[in-house]
Amino acid sequence: MNPDASTIAAGAPIEVDLSPIAEGQDIKMFWRGKPIYISHRTKKQIEEARAVNVASLPDPQTDEARVKSGHEQWLVVIGICTHLGCIPIAHEGSYDGFFCPCHGSVYDTSGRIRQGPAPLNLAVPPYQFVSDTKIQIG
Amino acid sequence: MSGPSDYQPSNPALQWIERRLPIFGLIHSSFVAYPTPRNLNYWWTFGAILSFMLGMQILTGVILAMHYTPNADLAFKSVELIVRDVNYGWLLRNMHAVGASMFFVAVYVHMFRGLYYGSYKEPREVLWILGVIIYLLMMATGFMGYVLPWGQMSFWGATVITNLFSAVPYVGESIVTLLWGGYSVGNPTLNRFFSLHYLLPFVIAGVVVLHVWALHVAGQNNPDGVEPKTEKDTVPFTPHATIKDMFGVACFLLLYAWFIFYMPNYLGDADNYIPANPGVTPPHIVPEWYYLPFYAILRSIPNKLAGVVAMFGAIIILCFLPWLDSAKTRSSKYRPLAKQFFWIFVAVCILLGYLGAQPPEGIYVIAGRVLTVCYFAYFLIVLPLLARIEKPRPVPNSISDAVLAKTGSRSTPMVSTAIVLALAGSLFAGSIDSAKASEGSDTPPGNKWSFSGPFGTFDRGALQRGLKVYKEVCSSCHGLSYVAFRNLAEAGGPGYSVAQASAFASEYKVKDGPNDAGDMFERPGRPADYFPSPFPNEQAARAANGGAAPPDLSLITKARSYKRGFPWFIFDVFTQYQEQGPDYVAALLQGYEEKVPEGVTIPEGSYYNKYFPGHAIKMPKPISDGQVTYDDGSPTTVAQYAKDVTTFLMWTAEPHMEARKSLGFQVFVFLIIFVGLMYFTKKKVWADSH
Repeated sequence: MNPDASTIAAGAPIEVDLSPIAEGQDIKMFWRGKPIYISHRTKKQIEEARAVNVASLPDPQTDEARVKSGHEQWLVVIGICTHLGCIPIAHEGSYDGFFCPCHGSVYDTSGRIRQGPAPLNLAVPPYQFVSDTKIQIG
Repeated sequence: MSGPSDYQPSNPALQWIERRLPIFGLIHSSFVAYPTPRNLNYWWTFGAILSFMLGMQILTGVILAMHYTPNADLAFKSVELIVRDVNYGWLLRNMHAVGASMFFVAVYVHMFRGLYYGSYKEPREVLWILGVIIYLLMMATGFMGYVLPWGQMSFWGATVITNLFSAVPYVGESIVTLLWGGYSVGNPTLNRFFSLHYLLPFVIAGVVVLHVWALHVAGQNNPDGVEPKTEKDTVPFTPHATIKDMFGVACFLLLYAWFIFYMPNYLGDADNYIPANPGVTPPHIVPEWYYLPFYAILRSIPNKLAGVVAMFGAIIILCFLPWLDSAKTRSSKYRPLAKQFFWIFVAVCILLGYLGAQPPEGIYVIAGRVLTVCYFAYFLIVLPLLARIEKPRPVPNSISDAVLAKTGSRSTPMVSTAIVLALAGSLFAGSIDSAKASEGSDTPPGNKWSFSGPFGTFDRGALQRGLKVYKEVCSSCHGLSYVAFRNLAEAGGPGYSVAQASAFASEYKVKDGPNDAGDMFERPGRPADYFPSPFPNEQAARAANGGAAPPDLSLITKARSYKRGFPWFIFDVFTQYQEQGPDYVAALLQGYEEKVPEGVTIPEGSYYNKYFPGHAIKMPKPISDGQVTYDDGSPTTVAQYAKDVTTFLMWTAEPHMEARKSLGFQVFVFLIIFVGLMYFTKKKVWADSH
């Protein structure tokens, strides 16, 4: 009863071209049935993400651990709220990150949970940079 | 009943069978001669009501399954096709959907009866636990059944509830992947839920057999909690209990029919008339009413795993009831303190249910936590304590003593509690609507619709004018893909003849093919064709409309609603108000304002509308005075256009509404007569026994 071969094949890794995404923009795409946000973060957003006392976070994690070094302006997260699975809205909430309308969880510009009932940060899917403007997810 | 009966049928053919498979003896000893306490009240008819409802659900379900397609791309449409095209499909669907709710109404009454009268106490512990198992199976079946129509609430409810299992340590993620059959709720999920939804009711039936068997070993409990001692304490099951159960079932059928024929969508959610969209989460995800108390308990606990444990714990704790409540006196009738706490517990459950439908903010969160504590305190603190400290009233010597001592209205407590529960139930059911908080939109004004009320019909003129408005204004952006041209000639619709419908169809160009050369081609429309959509796919629709896809309008009047608020949603059950959708649509069409109010900002490319949630709508004002010419002299005003096109859209959403109401009337007349006949027969049968 585990996922069958065609489901697994449809979930094979995909490549995404990042060049059309301008600074400050983000796109939402689907992989393995899950929505994925790819954000081209501004300098301000990166600074805000890094200026936090990590120990005070509900799910402590540094911003560096959530992005690829040399590509800090790219944030790739699975857009599923870790509370009960709704899709948070990008560029919303008091941290200019994500806001989940279902029960009010607020995430920051690194996709980390700040307020609300969600227990964990937004999950980062497995991905790597195949070139400066292209990533492979999965 | 224990051991084989010595019943012999009089018919020789039946005797032949009896010798080889003593089924007649079994039925005779279990349901004819079976000694049943003579003091049972009407709360005891709910077992029969439940058996009847299980049969009803299986029967309607099996027939529905002949027409339903369990594939994510086809499920929603297959349900609509059942409702529109299958003979009496609308009736089957209503019976099954409403039947699930009625099944839960009956099971909650049945369980509360057990709680009040101590039916879980020795020697009925296994009977009670089997009942809890049936209840759990019912909850699983109901959950999976709700996923099948593959509407927005089906999909997102499935997402939320399956995600709960990820709270289990170590194996949680694997469990969830196994449930999903993939990486998210999708087609494999739907398929396996359909398989299990078909299977579980038969598992329930099996456990029900065990449940009735366990019941017959111990004998039924009774309102006085005193076991039968002599023959004077009991009456034969047939005809006494049989006729009483039939009367009870008949009364229950009245409630069932009220919802099937007059309020079929009251207990559901408007969002489930929107096809499932994995990319859009509805603003409020609310389960069906019968899960609300447990949903409230789940959300009360801020920790994910603890919340899940508390939610399941709230059900599992019922299994331990016989040991938590060790009081010797069975019936709360003779336990004054326990009686009061019981009713407080009932109130706690109802309030938890109400909270389960509210957004988890502010006072609702605090109230939820307090009530969750009260819920568990009843089982873990109150009942064990009462067993030790309560001084019960003296219990009668025997059932016949209790019956003879009875004076005055025995039926009044039943009737008044039934009324209270009905009001409470409608609070519950109507509270689902409360979840649709009117965040940033005004309440639409009520309108007089020709189709409202038990005798409502569609105004043919309005339908024809509405069709004209749709065709000339709306169809450039909005599809109507569930409506076929042949529907225009059907009874209960705009009243065109078959020839007129054919002529109407032939004005459209429809894509068909491939032809023998392998090419697609265009041809004039035929009655069997559906209204074409203006865009080939959703992306094209979005691109042409500033990023917002214009929704298909076939179901729009059932897919939209607004918060009715307390106490209107209680009155609605009795007034049969279900025109939230049409009132909203008509209001929206007339709700555009040139001047944006103080403090409200509307983004570029959007327009201000009083009634649209959030006030910023992407659709520009679609209709203006004089835009569509009417041949019948009706005023060509925006208000008239709004009324007519909304009436038309109510018909596209439910083409068989008139048949539903007219059959409902006939069914009600029959049921009222039937109830009367059953009542007088019951009185006659019981004349000597009271």
